[in-house]
Amino acid sequence: MPVPDLLIELFSEEIPARMQTRAAGDLKKLVTDGLVEAGLTYASAAAFSTPRRLTLTIEGALAASPTTVEERKGPKADAPEKAIEGFLRGAGLTRDDLEERDTPKGKILFAKITKPGRPAAEIVAEVLEQTIRNFPWPKSMRWGSGTLKWVRPLHSILCILVTEEGAEVVPMDVDGIKAGNTTQGHRFMSPGAITVRNFDDYTTKLQRAHVVLDASERADAIWHDATNQAFAQGLEVVEDAGLLAEVAGLVEWPVVLMGKIDDDFLGLPPEVLQTSMKEHQKFFSVRNPKTGRIERFITVANRETADNGATILAGNQKVLSARLADAKFFWENDLRTANAGMTDWLDALKNVTFHNKLGTQADLVDRMATLAREIAPAVGADPDQAERAARLAKADLASEMVYEFPELQGLMGRYYIEAMGEDKAIAAAAQDHYAPLGPSDDVPTAPVSVAVALAEKIDKLTGFWAIDEKPTGSKDPFALRRAALGVIRILVENDLTLDLSEASRSTLKGHGVDFGNETDPDNYKNMDIGLNLLAFIHDRLKVYLRDQGIRHDIIDACIAMPNNDDLNLLVKRARALSDTLKTDDGENLIQGFKRANNILTQAEEADGVEYSYGADPKFAETDEERALFAALDTAEAQITPAMQAQDFTTAMSAMAGLRAPIDAFFTAVQVNSDNATVRRNRLNLLSRIRQICLAVADLTRIEG
Amino acid sequence: MSDTSTAPRSFQEIILRLQTYWASKGCAILQPYDMEVGAGTFHPATTLRSLGAQPWAAAYVQPSRRPTDGRYGENPNRLQHYYQYQVLIKPSPPDLQELYLGSLQAIGIDASLHDIRFVEDDWESPTLGAWGLGWEVWCDGMEVSQFTYFQQVGGHDCSPVSGELTYGLERLAMYVLAVDHVMDMPFNDPQSPIPLTYGDVFKQTEEEYARWNFDVANTEVLLRHFEEAEAECKAILDQRHDDPKTGKRIVMAHPAYDQAIKASHIFNLLDARGVISVTERQAYIGRVRALTKACADAFVQTRAGGWTPEAVA
Repeated sequence: MPVPDLLIELFSEEIPARMQTRAAGDLKKLVTDGLVEAGLTYASAAAFSTPRRLTLTIEGALAASPTTVEERKGPKADAPEKAIEGFLRGAGLTRDDLEERDTPKGKILFAKITKPGRPAAEIVAEVLEQTIRNFPWPKSMRWGSGTLKWVRPLHSILCILVTEEGAEVVPMDVDGIKAGNTTQGHRFMSPGAITVRNFDDYTTKLQRAHVVLDASERADAIWHDATNQAFAQGLEVVEDAGLLAEVAGLVEWPVVLMGKIDDDFLGLPPEVLQTSMKEHQKFFSVRNPKTGRIERFITVANRETADNGATILAGNQKVLSARLADAKFFWENDLRTANAGMTDWLDALKNVTFHNKLGTQADLVDRMATLAREIAPAVGADPDQAERAARLAKADLASEMVYEFPELQGLMGRYYIEAMGEDKAIAAAAQDHYAPLGPSDDVPTAPVSVAVALAEKIDKLTGFWAIDEKPTGSKDPFALRRAALGVIRILVENDLTLDLSEASRSTLKGHGVDFGNETDPDNYKNMDIGLNLLAFIHDRLKVYLRDQGIRHDIIDACIAMPNNDDLNLLVKRARALSDTLKTDDGENLIQGFKRANNILTQAEEADGVEYSYGADPKFAETDEERALFAALDTAEAQITPAMQAQDFTTAMSAMAGLRAPIDAFFTAVQVNSDNATVRRNRLNLLSRIRQICLAVADLTRIEG
Repeated sequence: MSDTSTAPRSFQEIILRLQTYWASKGCAILQPYDMEVGAGTFHPATTLRSLGAQPWAAAYVQPSRRPTDGRYGENPNRLQHYYQYQVLIKPSPPDLQELYLGSLQAIGIDASLHDIRFVEDDWESPTLGAWGLGWEVWCDGMEVSQFTYFQQVGGHDCSPVSGELTYGLERLAMYVLAVDHVMDMPFNDPQSPIPLTYGDVFKQTEEEYARWNFDVANTEVLLRHFEEAEAECKAILDQRHDDPKTGKRIVMAHPAYDQAIKASHIFNLLDARGVISVTERQAYIGRVRALTKACADAFVQTRAGGWTPEAVA
């Protein structure tokens, strides 16, 4: 039997660039999964996309699915006639098809059901129709009077099975669109139908009809031409993989054109040029490596023209100039406002609501300024600078440039604050204080930036806690989880100690939360706010540390310790504990600790007393017992000063060193001695183990 | 009048060629709606007529106002009053893209020299409670049109789907006529006995309106007008469908919709005056949406919107 290849093309109006690659992958997966499930295996498959088509080629498929034989067990041979008839009806068989067999349970009827294989075309038609009807587009639409949904109107389906004898169209029809063996070339350069015989024929004819089928081939060609053209002028293209992928999805026949940016605009900050060109025009920026300035642009057209792109380039240049004229207008207006002390912007923030229960942006700025000043010493920043930076950090939100390009917020603040002649550290805080925006975003490190960044996030967390707008489930409209992670990362990655409870209590007060006096019942409720917020931050910390391979029970063991509002301390403890538990001694110490703790707890329950002090070596009866006394003395002498110095690594390795003497003790010694004095002494000894270990972390919470 | 083998010479010739082209493709050439709107989509020939199953094909020019875009006539591209050309065909024909490209050819854009692209742009109008999928059409990197397949309007699924084309006329004409500043663009034929530029017609009005929009418009009066338009819209829709005077069934979808349009424009003016905060903005948009949605609900209760006595029975 000949081994057929399958070629599918779904030809539509322009598919959004960002969806193409994923869609090609989905087409491949859905069709191949469907074929395999129906018994149609294949040798290889590949999928491609252009703005107007998704293409799938499958090589070495079976011509038909194999015939399968299924055996079904029926009723007993002497079962009532009705039962046998029911079985036959269900299996679609007659009595002659049944076979009687002796089994340990007596004579039983068996049926053989043969399912004949089905021709590939039939299976392909079914699978493809299902695929089209259930395609996972991020957004799809209807058109005309139809009910079919596709990303944009679907115009034709090419679906052929190719054997040595030739190509055969798979007969199928989806909402009036009949499968055929034709496609279209480039919309403008090669209009008209193209008849296709197989995949090689398809790619060759498409290439001739000005369509490069493979997106990565288009991207490579664009990058190659762009860098060459820039290089020839002594310039370099600013890399942007996202833009390259997008542009490759906007063209079937890429033609790279490089143009000049008008001299008038070269004084704009490079980020402004880059953002404007990328966001509005999908241009690449071309930089002069000597000056760092963006001097040219690269645009990618979708066609060749008789004038070698001159009209296209001139048009693009004109659009760019209009855009940049806007940007320049904003920049110059903004610089005037900045040089006048930004008062217009700061005033404008009074009219912008931050949140209807949390006041205006200006109120936010006031709170940030107070808090930034308060925490400045703890993060090594000058309090005056921290306050000033916080006061200016949000000013650019009222600028024209940020209104036009919201993604430039912060960065423009930095430019404008620098232009005012403020200290660079103050200017930098405007840009840095939003960070980190995601788990992989860098955290600010400059002290003034750190103070403002922390102030912004702590204010946000406490504010939304004060008005009881906490994240629930998947809903976190104010990005409070991100704010909490930001606080964690800034403190931990900069190795900073901050009394988070104190900072949040003072900001909660700023948000109007009244802590009252100690006897006021509301006081307790309000205290809960602080505890609840800390618990939320601890939850984020667990996620943060889990991503670094630290188990949740280890984190719990550390959160249970005092000073758990010092996140940096908490993380150091957790890391040290995690490392310790990875060692052989550490892992076994936990077993020893648990054994000691269990015996002790049982004895305390049975005796109704707490064994805590008074273990005395003079009552020791064995060497192992005496050795444990000595080991505990040594460990304690190391652990106590190490804990005071917050040197958890030393403390924990000293603790892990107890493993051998504890193990030896349990092997040699029976704690529950008949001698009451000896027993009490041993229990008090176990209590020392517990005390020493629990001073390091709450090991009772460690699992396993 | 308009020989499409030559390049157009004026703003008005481009409009006339579009009118002729779309008339030749079977569209009813309507006139602008006689109210202030932010875009051609607000014309009831688009919003309301995209609802229901009745076939429809219309094209028209719509003067549009965006108070915040005023630049006293100084910016080469930005205007607070400008023109849109709007085409709506229901159901969307399978060759709508080709029809559209034909219209570019008609106004002198030679596809063999230019780079014409369909770039993803999902359209959504929060005030109309409407959305659709489509593209912005680029000519040499410039957006020359919006191309949308309406999926929902006024909260109603569009079935059949309308295809909507919107041309920003000034921008498109400046491009075709190779003019850098909108005010320099010839409005009529430069060879006319009295040649007029766009600036001759609109420079002064742009100044006047920019000053009024930004600094003078009485916000208290506007706020009151907004409330009144909202109340009137609701009051109209609260009327019984049966008119006690004529005894006929008269659902007043259009008069109510006029009030919704009015509220929407007043909101835009208040926005330009800078008296609407970010949070209030959402609330106002929500109020306008509630009105347009109620008007859409009313329109589908009319004959043009697909209501029939039989359907009720």
